[in-house]
Amino acid sequence: MLQLEGIVKRYGDHTALDGVTMEVPPGKVFGLLGPNGAGKTTLIRIITRITGPDAGRVLMDGHPMGPDDVARMGYLPEERGLYKKMKVGEQAVYLARLKGIPKDEAVKRIKEWFVRWEMEAWWNKKVEELSKGMAQKVQFITTVLHGPRLIILDEPFSGFDPINAELIRTEILRLRNEGVTVMLSTHSMASVEEMCDNIGLIDKARLMLHGNVKEIRRQYATDTYRIEYSGSRVALANALSFTGELLDTQGNDDHGTARVRMGKGSTLNDVLRQLIPAVSIHGVQEEIPRMHDIFIRVVSEKRPETVTEGMTE
Amino acid sequence: MKKILLIIKREFITRVRKPSFLIMTILGPLLIAGGGMLAIYLGMQDSTDHHVLVIDRNQVIASKLNNTDKIDFFVDHAAWSDSVFQESPYTVMVRFTDEITDPTAEIYYKDLPNMTVQRTITNELEKAMELAKLQQEGVDEQAYRRVRKQLITRWMDIDNTGVESLEQERAGIGFFFGYFMFIFIFLYGVQVMRGVMEEKQSRIVEVLISSVKPFQLMMGKIVGIALVGFTQFILWIVITTLLVSVGSAVLMKDRLDPKELAEMPMTPQVQKQIGAELASVATDGEPKLLKAFRMIDLPMTLGAFILYFIGGYLLYSSLLAAVGAAVDSEAETQQFMLPVTIPMVLALIIAQIAVYNPTSPAVMWCSFIPFTSPVVMMVRVAMGNAPLWQLALSILLLVGMFIFTTWVAGRIYRTGILMYGKKVTWKEMGKWLFYKG
Repeated sequence: MLQLEGIVKRYGDHTALDGVTMEVPPGKVFGLLGPNGAGKTTLIRIITRITGPDAGRVLMDGHPMGPDDVARMGYLPEERGLYKKMKVGEQAVYLARLKGIPKDEAVKRIKEWFVRWEMEAWWNKKVEELSKGMAQKVQFITTVLHGPRLIILDEPFSGFDPINAELIRTEILRLRNEGVTVMLSTHSMASVEEMCDNIGLIDKARLMLHGNVKEIRRQYATDTYRIEYSGSRVALANALSFTGELLDTQGNDDHGTARVRMGKGSTLNDVLRQLIPAVSIHGVQEEIPRMHDIFIRVVSEKRPETVTEGMTE
Repeated sequence: MKKILLIIKREFITRVRKPSFLIMTILGPLLIAGGGMLAIYLGMQDSTDHHVLVIDRNQVIASKLNNTDKIDFFVDHAAWSDSVFQESPYTVMVRFTDEITDPTAEIYYKDLPNMTVQRTITNELEKAMELAKLQQEGVDEQAYRRVRKQLITRWMDIDNTGVESLEQERAGIGFFFGYFMFIFIFLYGVQVMRGVMEEKQSRIVEVLISSVKPFQLMMGKIVGIALVGFTQFILWIVITTLLVSVGSAVLMKDRLDPKELAEMPMTPQVQKQIGAELASVATDGEPKLLKAFRMIDLPMTLGAFILYFIGGYLLYSSLLAAVGAAVDSEAETQQFMLPVTIPMVLALIIAQIAVYNPTSPAVMWCSFIPFTSPVVMMVRVAMGNAPLWQLALSILLLVGMFIFTTWVAGRIYRTGILMYGKKVTWKEMGKWLFYKG
């Protein structure tokens, strides 16, 4: 769907993006991750053609992206904003018409959304009378109203209460199921695990991690298992001494959960073979790292004491 | 193109629907017409009667001072002390210090009389002094009157013989046009700036920029606001005309027919009341200003007015749009507003010079420089001393300049509207011009 090739963007002496190459597959939810100031918003602005890259190309379905592609894109910026003095309905219609939807069609579609989200009563209210979350819902509608093939959401959940965040989450998944490609940036790693099929992690202007979420998590797995057992803890520890390393245990002396890292060259089977005679096993589960931990590991590993100048974020 | 129309429409409708637009539309003419009517009303209001006591100790005031409706003169040869005057019914007391050689009079008052009364008193005293001096010098009054004839001058342009040129009056009219134009440009240019800032501060601009080009957004705003201005302007003219005609009909009833007043050759008395400059009478008795107005090449002047108006507005409002895009808050606008307002003020000053000294080099230059040419050239056009080629060149330069400034503004705008939390410097803005789009 969307391919970025060697994107470079500089603002004076500051390099916001340094050779970012990645791919957003079609019909999937793609998570753009990174700490504040990493260059996420700049990348999004390049994709939406708000600003141009100093080097590199943005390809859409194999061809360089043009204005027509942008018209079929929906973009929800991180900094939300609407005309405060304008009425909600009128404003939504205006924004839809700027996207090229005829007036009647725009009104019809917006009304549908308003009915679905039970906000018909807002139509004639001014934006300044709405709460922040309400205004954000209006803005979400205006982002997806023109039926875009690619939706880019910069921090879609920030500022929402859990109920509304869930509402947005459901909408995003529904859109994905309809074949729409969604690219979202977020700091909520739980949402990433839950929703994203693929991710790209940017730090200090570079792409650090890129690919399928499940594969990445597997890649970062540390060969650690949680073993639920009953029996003597000492017996467990002794049995492990050659094949694995006991990281910690929970529970009381004769029943608990042990976190065990496999020793060099040992497999789970080897470990279990040693353990079975010593204790009785109730359950075994591999510990797959959370995105949260991977994020922190990637970002802090390659990041010595830095203070990034927040140019655009 | 369709999008720019949508933007223009939004800018126009949201502004016209605002209560402040309605209030200004009604209040403006009320202030203009009301102010004018008030001035006329106050001018017609009978001021208090004045009893003027003239202390003439040397008995030099020979002739009787002429009383008017509201002013009575009384002459006394004895000195009056201040306290006695205070107690007396007189409102004004004149004390000569030296009547003949170096005539000086001190005039004491209880309440300061208005300008007209002051002038009348002074005139009467002067006339009386004149007669006294004539008698003293033994000059026959009739002979003196014959000698003292005022020289009437008529300045004629050799290229346009047979007609009195009235250049200064025409220039004054041109200046009025230009002055009005600049006030308008400034008021609505600032609106453009505010509008841009609003979009930037509310952060809606990023959404808009993903649907329309920054340049479209900027031009849509500029044009939309101009249309608001024109609408208001037209409404003002209509309402003011209405108010003035109704108001004068009510005010002037029983006193003077407004038509008569307009057509009436003005007597010196009326002249003084209205203001000598404005109503100074040409040789044939018609008010000079009216005559000058008729002498102006109206189609040419109006044509130039419209062209300069549009050009000047585009020039200045695009710069102000750039200012609005560059800053984060109202307070920061100051430093960038100054370079925009200084040329405007300068233009008005040069235009004023042009009224009296149309051929000065500064005036010539400034009638070509696009930042000042709208006002300065207006004066020259109204005066009729701008050759067509100069006018064409000046307008061409203005067009070139506004294309350039809208380009510059567009570039600053494009980068500025997405730039937050950074104090913008001139150097920084210079760099923006060359960022890759």
